[in-house]
Amino acid sequence: MAEQLLNIHQLNKHFGGIVATDNVNLSVEQGLIHAIIGPNGAGKTTLIAQLSGQIKPDSGEIEFGGHSITGYNTARRAREGLARSFQITSVVMPMTLLQNVMLAVQGTSGHSFRFWSPVSEDREMATAALESLAAVGLDDRADRIAANLSHGEQRQLEVAMALAMKPRMLLLDEPMAGMGKEEGAMMVDILNSLKGDITILLVEHDMDAVFSLADRLSVLVNGHIIATDTVENIRNNHEVQKAYLGDGHA
Amino acid sequence: MGWFPQTISGRVYAVILLILAPAPFVFEWINQPFYLDLLSRALILAIAVVSLNLILGFGGMVSLGHAAYIGIGAYSVGIPSYYDFYNGWLHLGLALSVSAAFAFVTGAISLRTKGVYFIMITMAFSQMVYFTFLSLEEYGADDGLVIYSRSEFPEWLTMDGSTSLYYWIFGLLLLSLFFVRRLVHARFGRVIVGSKFNDQRMQALGFDTYRYRLVCYVISAMMCSLAGMLLGNFTGFISPDMIGWARSGELIFMVIIGGAGTFFGPLVGTIAFVLLEEFLSLITVYWHLIFGVMLVALVLFGKGGIDGWLSLMDRKRADNG
Ligand SMILES: Nc1ncnc2c1ncn2[C@@H]1O[C@H](COP(=O)(O)OP(=O)(O)O)[C@@H](O)[C@H]1O
Ligand SMILES: [Mg+2]
Repeated sequence: MAEQLLNIHQLNKHFGGIVATDNVNLSVEQGLIHAIIGPNGAGKTTLIAQLSGQIKPDSGEIEFGGHSITGYNTARRAREGLARSFQITSVVMPMTLLQNVMLAVQGTSGHSFRFWSPVSEDREMATAALESLAAVGLDDRADRIAANLSHGEQRQLEVAMALAMKPRMLLLDEPMAGMGKEEGAMMVDILNSLKGDITILLVEHDMDAVFSLADRLSVLVNGHIIATDTVENIRNNHEVQKAYLGDGHA
Repeated sequence: MGWFPQTISGRVYAVILLILAPAPFVFEWINQPFYLDLLSRALILAIAVVSLNLILGFGGMVSLGHAAYIGIGAYSVGIPSYYDFYNGWLHLGLALSVSAAFAFVTGAISLRTKGVYFIMITMAFSQMVYFTFLSLEEYGADDGLVIYSRSEFPEWLTMDGSTSLYYWIFGLLLLSLFFVRRLVHARFGRVIVGSKFNDQRMQALGFDTYRYRLVCYVISAMMCSLAGMLLGNFTGFISPDMIGWARSGELIFMVIIGGAGTFFGPLVGTIAFVLLEEFLSLITVYWHLIFGVMLVALVLFGKGGIDGWLSLMDRKRADNG
């Protein structure tokens, strides 16, 4: 049996009357791409936000790498190797791509109470950042300002930043949201190239992408996970088809 | 002339520094001691504005209470002097340590809030300082306190005489400008700037941004207390009026006039503010009104302040080949 990198125990979250996370139990195996699918408003983003610490669960436990991280804040979880990307692009817009990715390198390489040496002269950090930019195919645009990128490029930058943190696990919230066909295909290639090296929890709407990438699939409906299985079994699962996939995918 | 800046903004700033450096001798030569006074006051304020710009311009922390640190610096000279302790290192040490302690405690609370709440809470804390000084009957309360002699330093560092004091001011101003520049380009500064634009993302990248912002706030306060220490020595008089919230508001205007989040903006913004104030008050009794309208127009339409306009000229020149 392979090692479980992430374990979620009985996680619950309410927003007033809305049950966003309903008794979620989930284990993600080391080295796999584990996808979460579900209709809009199912609670996927809320689940990711609880894993990375932006939202506090009402109850439940989150274990990462063998110990509980439920009490850790966002920054500490990131430094432990749990990196997330955002569904709505979240980068430092006025900075260049390189500066953005260098920030990601900096965040996970020791403290930043350093007041004197210019970051721009830090070769090691720049090299690491350029590697991550190259991994998503943005290294030729390193000196462009993030705000001036196309939507698709900004999505790629999101992923480059997450990669630059040298994470043990990536939490990707709809990395292909709003992308064209070509850009989407490129993102699939990027994620495929990471397979095996980095464990990935992937929230994605694009079914073709999910089916071609994922090793495991969980279906989230109304905050509850109704099934977790291999892609093949989920596709043939009647309950899932009824609840979510619809006739088109049957 | 390889050392001379190539950009318009760079040249303007270089010329300003070259004019400021020998100013006492020039004013003595043309026999205009009043101008040296005016300039000394402007440059003292400039140090405070440089310090405010560090948190406001680079860090996005709009404090409406920074004048409190001018007050702490000034009273660090005034109160010991009242008991005949004139040792300059004592004054300096008090200014830096008391401002650091006060900034740490109040910053720890203020930085839990954002936006308008941060503005209001920093103002509230500075009013606390204001009313504390106002209630200190022993030290003159609202009448203030006269400082009979300047802080004492070794001979080569003396503050006595207006020229010596000017070079204290000019020296500390240069140090502040240089220090902020290093800081902003270093790892620490990248965190501060990043969290101004996208704090949530910075946390997700592994930065405990609250800690960095708090340290930045403390550094800024200490720098500002230096301005207060100089001001106490310059005016030879301290009173709670130095630190009302309107004073803090003026500091914000100076940052905006010069260009928030730029390195030399605070210096030119302060000089422009002080000169305009002086000039307008000479030509009309309604200068407050005119000045106010100009400030509002600048905030609304003058994007980037003076530094912004200079950079705009640079970009136009670059576009024209
Ligand atoms: N901050 C919030 N406050 C109140 N309700 C929220 C908040 N965030 C999400 N919700 C609600 O929780 C549910 C799940 O949202 P979300 O996690 O964004 O779903 P998904 O990402 O699967 O589309 C939705 O009904 C949404 O309206
Ligand atoms: Mg979502």
